[in-house]
Amino acid sequence: MSSTLPDRVSYAECSARERIARLFDAGSFREWLPPAMRVMSPHLAQLGVPAAFDDGVAIGEARLAERRVFVGAQEGEFMGGGVGEVHGAKLVGLFKRALRDRPDAVLLLAESGGVRLHEANAGLIAVSEVMRALLDTRAAGIPVIVLIGGANGCFGGMGIVARCADHLVISDIGRLAMSGPEVIEASHGVEEFDSRDRALVWRTTGGKHRFLVGDCDQLVEDDVQVFRAAAVRALDALRPLTLQSLQDEHAVLTQRLHAGEGAEDAVDLWQSLGIAHAGAVPDMNAEQVRTLRQESLA
Amino acid sequence: MSMAAGLETLQYSFTGSQAAGMFAPVLVGVVGSGNLEVLLEPSPGTACRFEVQTSARGFGSIWEAVLRDFHSRHPLAGVAVAIHDMGATPAVVSLRLAQAAAALP
Amino acid sequence: MKWTDVATQLFGNGHEIRADGEFLSGSATFDGQAIAVVGSTNHAPIGYALALRQAKVVLETIDLHPGRAIFLLIDTQGQQLRRHDELLGINRAMAHLGCCIDLARRRGHRVIGLVYDQALSGGFITSGLIADACDALPEAEIRVMRIPAMARVTKLSEDVLTALSASNPVFAPGVQNYLRMGGVRALWQADLKAGLRDALTHAATDDRRAIDGRERGGRLLAAAVVEQVLAA
Repeated sequence: MSSTLPDRVSYAECSARERIARLFDAGSFREWLPPAMRVMSPHLAQLGVPAAFDDGVAIGEARLAERRVFVGAQEGEFMGGGVGEVHGAKLVGLFKRALRDRPDAVLLLAESGGVRLHEANAGLIAVSEVMRALLDTRAAGIPVIVLIGGANGCFGGMGIVARCADHLVISDIGRLAMSGPEVIEASHGVEEFDSRDRALVWRTTGGKHRFLVGDCDQLVEDDVQVFRAAAVRALDALRPLTLQSLQDEHAVLTQRLHAGEGAEDAVDLWQSLGIAHAGAVPDMNAEQVRTLRQESLA
Repeated sequence: MSMAAGLETLQYSFTGSQAAGMFAPVLVGVVGSGNLEVLLEPSPGTACRFEVQTSARGFGSIWEAVLRDFHSRHPLAGVAVAIHDMGATPAVVSLRLAQAAAALP
Repeated sequence: MKWTDVATQLFGNGHEIRADGEFLSGSATFDGQAIAVVGSTNHAPIGYALALRQAKVVLETIDLHPGRAIFLLIDTQGQQLRRHDELLGINRAMAHLGCCIDLARRRGHRVIGLVYDQALSGGFITSGLIADACDALPEAEIRVMRIPAMARVTKLSEDVLTALSASNPVFAPGVQNYLRMGGVRALWQADLKAGLRDALTHAATDDRRAIDGRERGGRLLAAAVVEQVLAA
């Protein structure tokens, strides 16, 4: 129903800055290291690639339903949202500042292929530093919330960073994974993973799947205002990492490994996990999938 | 004009009549394939200065024509326009420039 | 160097580290203290299952051996590139391993990683790279991605990437390069015991890699940008 409202704005089609402008309280975003400061990549010119004034990520503070939050929004259209030296350092700075200034939450609007390959080694170390800084922020009791809904998805090292957060919101067209289907196809052939089979790609890495199996906490439609509402709901979703919580997580992941034995496809895995109507899931909308997960947990 | 291993930098300056005064920097667009970002900042003097960094080399005369055309319709003075381009068409360049000008106070 | 040689040089013949396929685990004694060991060999691809096996060792160490140091032996060709692993959620399994190591560190376990042969990004980003220190043997190599795959994704030619890998610090896979960029803390010379001893004694518990990168001249902007954000 909401998809027919004339004022619905697609989250996927927005740039990072448009998402910030629309998702947070009007006019509340105050940017750190804004574009005019020209804090840019030193590594791209040598490859003939133009830099971006903000190196593909906008960071700062904002209000969300009047709560003070810190924000990092990755621009998926620039280098596929890949993390380079400066981009990564901006995110590390964001988390370190959160440790010092203690906002109510840090929101990461993630859209990334992971390490920016054009910066190779510098990008890999950068992603690792982001991971450490995120976990420090969590350990200090500041919730870290990740929103995933861009056309490029959240892949590579950022797919791991996302799963280090307290709470994940994903849209039905969003994707969360580690290796992209093209890389898998290039490695092991089209029989392993046909990257042009969109339905397969979304069953394997898409929002509905990740939400159904519990890798994401909220599933939303591709709508900025719906993302906003989900982010507001997530604001106090602190999930402390303790030995018990990690042992519980280990049990869940082990059970999934066994449930997945012999599963050729997502539908097989969903069936194994006791999710009803597994075959119909790919045709379900977000609302139906939310209901299905609730029923499966009952 | 200068080149740095694949990137081309182009610079143009036109005298303007529409003083923009002081304003907060304006950014429009994104550096993606077939796209560009445009940053407008206040600048001393009466010129409107353009600096273009592009991965699509050899289109200097087209850039000059597009920028001159933009400036004839928006004869800005005291503005520095910085562009990072990844092969946008003249139509997309003109669109971004118009969006940037519209965002000026 | 083979893991067995590394282990023998470090711990003598009495260590209890065993290989189960590509998975290494066990315990040893170092300078009179018990140390837990976990890792991989044969350039193992790290998939969902292998990430979980490593996490289990870390969790058991936290649970049963408070304060025991954990030594990560790293030799991997990167993450497992299979649709089944993506389906199961390899990113979640990797994050879980990383969170287990992170918890171990916060609970006072020293966690030291050693790249003793090779490491590719996804294969050690939530093990060695999230430890107190990621050290390496001088002849080891660290890569982000193999050149053919990198060429496909970046649209840069294999020739260009090969040339860059030979000369450019951002692309070159040698660990000396990672050392200079701060990604690797230290290289172990012939005396491996001295290397591990130094790591256990001197590795920081906070993330100093950006500062190291600046001090060593290999990564000049990261620390400065973090400082700018804090001051903004």
